Amino acid sequence: MKHVLFRRLAQLCPDATRLLAVLLVAGNAFAGAPPSVKMDSTADHGKFKELQKTFSSGPELTKACLTCHTEAAKQVHRTKHWTWDFLNPENQQRLGKKNVINNFCISVPSNLAFCSSCHVGYGWKDASFDFKSEENVDCLACHDTTGSYRKLPGLAGHPPYKDTEIPPGSGKIAKGVDLTKIGQKVGKSSRDTCGACHFFGGGGDGVKHGDMDSSLASPDKDLDVHMDATGLDFTCGTCHKTSSHEVPGSRYTPVGKDKGGAHIRGKEDKSNPATCQSCHGQAPHKDAGLASKLNHHTDKVACQTCHIPAIARGGVATKMTWDWSTAGQLTPEGKPIIKKNDKGQVIYDSKKGDFTLGENVTPEYAWFNGKVTYTLLGDKIDKNEGVTHINKMGGSASDGESLIWPMKVFRGSQPFDSENKTLVTPHTAGNDDTAYWKNFGWEKAIDTGMKASGTPYSGKYDFIKTDMSWPITHMVAPKEKAVGCNECHAKGGRLDKIEGIYIPGRDANSLLNLFGWLAVGGTLAGVLLHGLIRFLRRKH
Amino acid sequence: MERIYIFTRFERFWHWTQAFLVIGMMITGFEIHGTYNLLGFLLAHQVHTFAAWALIVLWVFAIFWHFITGEWRQYIPTMKGVDKVFRHYAWGIFQGEPHPFVVTRGRKHNPMQAQAYLAVKVLINPILWISGLLYLYYNELAGLGQSLDLATIALIHTIGAFMMLAFFIAHVYLITTGHTVTAHLKAMLTGWEGGEGEHNKKG
Repeated sequence: MKHVLFRRLAQLCPDATRLLAVLLVAGNAFAGAPPSVKMDSTADHGKFKELQKTFSSGPELTKACLTCHTEAAKQVHRTKHWTWDFLNPENQQRLGKKNVINNFCISVPSNLAFCSSCHVGYGWKDASFDFKSEENVDCLACHDTTGSYRKLPGLAGHPPYKDTEIPPGSGKIAKGVDLTKIGQKVGKSSRDTCGACHFFGGGGDGVKHGDMDSSLASPDKDLDVHMDATGLDFTCGTCHKTSSHEVPGSRYTPVGKDKGGAHIRGKEDKSNPATCQSCHGQAPHKDAGLASKLNHHTDKVACQTCHIPAIARGGVATKMTWDWSTAGQLTPEGKPIIKKNDKGQVIYDSKKGDFTLGENVTPEYAWFNGKVTYTLLGDKIDKNEGVTHINKMGGSASDGESLIWPMKVFRGSQPFDSENKTLVTPHTAGNDDTAYWKNFGWEKAIDTGMKASGTPYSGKYDFIKTDMSWPITHMVAPKEKAVGCNECHAKGGRLDKIEGIYIPGRDANSLLNLFGWLAVGGTLAGVLLHGLIRFLRRKH
Repeated sequence: MERIYIFTRFERFWHWTQAFLVIGMMITGFEIHGTYNLLGFLLAHQVHTFAAWALIVLWVFAIFWHFITGEWRQYIPTMKGVDKVFRHYAWGIFQGEPHPFVVTRGRKHNPMQAQAYLAVKVLINPILWISGLLYLYYNELAGLGQSLDLATIALIHTIGAFMMLAFFIAHVYLITTGHTVTAHLKAMLTGWEGGEGEHNKKG
C-alpha cells in the first residue's frame, strides 16, 4: 500500500517525494521537523474525530462529511453528475444520462442498478430514488485518493461493503472497501477518480470515447502533453475547473468555437474554462516564421484537429463499431459465445453482438458549432433513410460559429420498434427472466425496458443502422507530433470531405487548370515546333 | 556586328536573381497548388513565402534603379518595326536572315520583346504580387471585415502563375534565337552583346 501511495505522490510532486524518501531513510533525525510533504489541503482528514470510527455504509460516511461540508451535497444535487438529467436550453431537448439513448449499451432506465455504479450517489436502482437525500451523495467516487474505492455494477451505486461475489455465481470476489481508511484520506479529485467512470464509458476501458482511457491515468508526454505524469501533470480538474461541484465542459452543449481570449485572473469571464483558447488564446503559435500562418488557421480549424493526430494512442483499443443484430448466437448446448481476435480483444459476445476495435485511429472531421441534436426515445426514425444519427452535430463553413473538429464516429446497428418507428430501450443487465444478457430474447428485453422508460412498444422490432459522433479533445500530442501540413493540404487528405472552404493543395478550379495547362502546353508545343523547323533548316 | 555593353552589372544581378527566385516560386507554387508533391506542403510554402519577400526587395531596388538611370524608357511600347520582327520570327529566321532589329545601348530590346517585358511588368507581376499578398494576408483582411473569398484570390494568383510559366517557356526559347544559339545567354552573363560577328558562321 505504501509504495502505491508513494508512486501517486511521486506523480503529484516528485521533488517533495524524493525529499521525503531521503528523510525516511535518514531515520528519525528530523523527527521534530514539520512534515516535508507539501499537502494541497490545510486539513488532515485522518485527524478528524468524525472520521475516526467504523462506517457500515456509504451514506453513513457521507453524513460525517456533511457535518463540516454543510453545503456540499446541495451543490452536488444541482449537477448533471447527480441528476443525470439536463434540459438543453438551446433546443429544449431533455438530455442527461437517464434520458439519452446511445449505440453502445443503449439506455439506462431498466438497467439502473448496473449503470448507477457510475452515479455520484448511493441506492439509485429505480425511479423511486430520492434525489433530495443529502446522505445519498457519494463523496468518495470523486474524492478517494487511495485508489481502493470501487463501485460495482449491480449494487445500485454502492461499493461492496464486504467481500462480495460479483456477478453472483461467477466465483469472482470483489473485496469490501475500507470506508474508514478511505474517508480519512479524502482529497481532491484526480485522473483516477474521474477516470474510474469516464475512462470506462461504454462498458469497458476506452470503449466509448477513444480519447479517454486508462492510459491517461499516468500518461507520458507523447500521449498527453498536459497530463504528462512526469511533466505538467494536469489532472482533469486543471482544465475542467470546477466550482461549487459544477464541472465545466459539457458534451451536451459544448463550445464549438471559443472566440474569447485567454482567461485572466480578476477579470470576470463566464466562458467555458475547459477550452484550449481559455488558456492559449486565439494566436497560440509563437515560433518565429511559421507562427503567423499557423495562427491563421485558428478561425477555421479547432486546435484539436492538428494537435490530436490520432485517438486510442495509449495502448488501449477503442470500439469503432457495434452490431447488436448478431447478438444471441449460442452454442448447441445453449451457452453464450465469446470470440477474440489475435490480439485477444473480444470481437464477438453473444450478449452484445459483433465489435470492431481500433488503436491509433485517425479521427473523422466535420464542421461543428457546438449544437448537438439527439434522436431521443419517441423521435421518429426510418430504416429506409439510411443511417440514423443518434446525435447530429450542427455546423457549417458559413455559420461563423463552427470550426473543423475531429470526431470519433461510432457506428452500429441496434434494435428499434419497426412499427412505431422509434428507438427502443432494451433491458439488458439483470439477474431476472427478461434481461437480454441472461435470457438472449429481444421481445421480453425490449418490452421490460420500454415499460421502465414509460414508452409504448408495438411488440415488433428490427435492427437499424445508427451512428454517434464524439468530438475529440483529449490526448493532446506535443507540438512535434502535431498533424503536418501535407495531411490536409493535399487531395485525399484528412480534410478531403470538408466542404465550404478553399484548401490550397486540395482544391483547384478545374476549368482554370484546363485552360492554364492548355496555354502552357500550347506555348511549349509552339516553341518546340519553331525550334524543330530552325533545326531542320539549319544549313541555310 | 559591333560589340556593345548592354547589360550593366546590376541588371545582370537583377535578372539572374529574379530568374532563380521566379523558377523557385513556380516549382513551389505549383506544389502548393496541388499539381505534384515534391518538397512537401510545409517546405514548399516556406520557400515560396521567403522567395516572395526576396523578390519584393529585389524589385524595390530594381524599380529604384530603373527610375534613377532612366532605363524605364526601354519598355515604352511602340508598334514601329513590330511587323518586321514578327515576319522575322515567322519566316525570316528559317531562311537564315539576320534579325531586322539592331540592338543599341539606348534600345536594348526589339519592339516585340519590349512589349512582352512590359506585359510581364505591368500585367503578370502585379497580378501575382497583389493576389499573392492578399493570399498571404487573407486572415488579416478578414479581420478588417473584408470578406474576400480565398478561392477567388487563389484563382487569380494561379492565372498569373500560368501566364508567368508560359512567358518563361517562350522567354527561354527566344534566348536561343540570337545570331548564335547562345549569343543572348552570353550577353546576359557578361553584359556584352555581339562582337562575335566576324567569327559567326551563320552571319
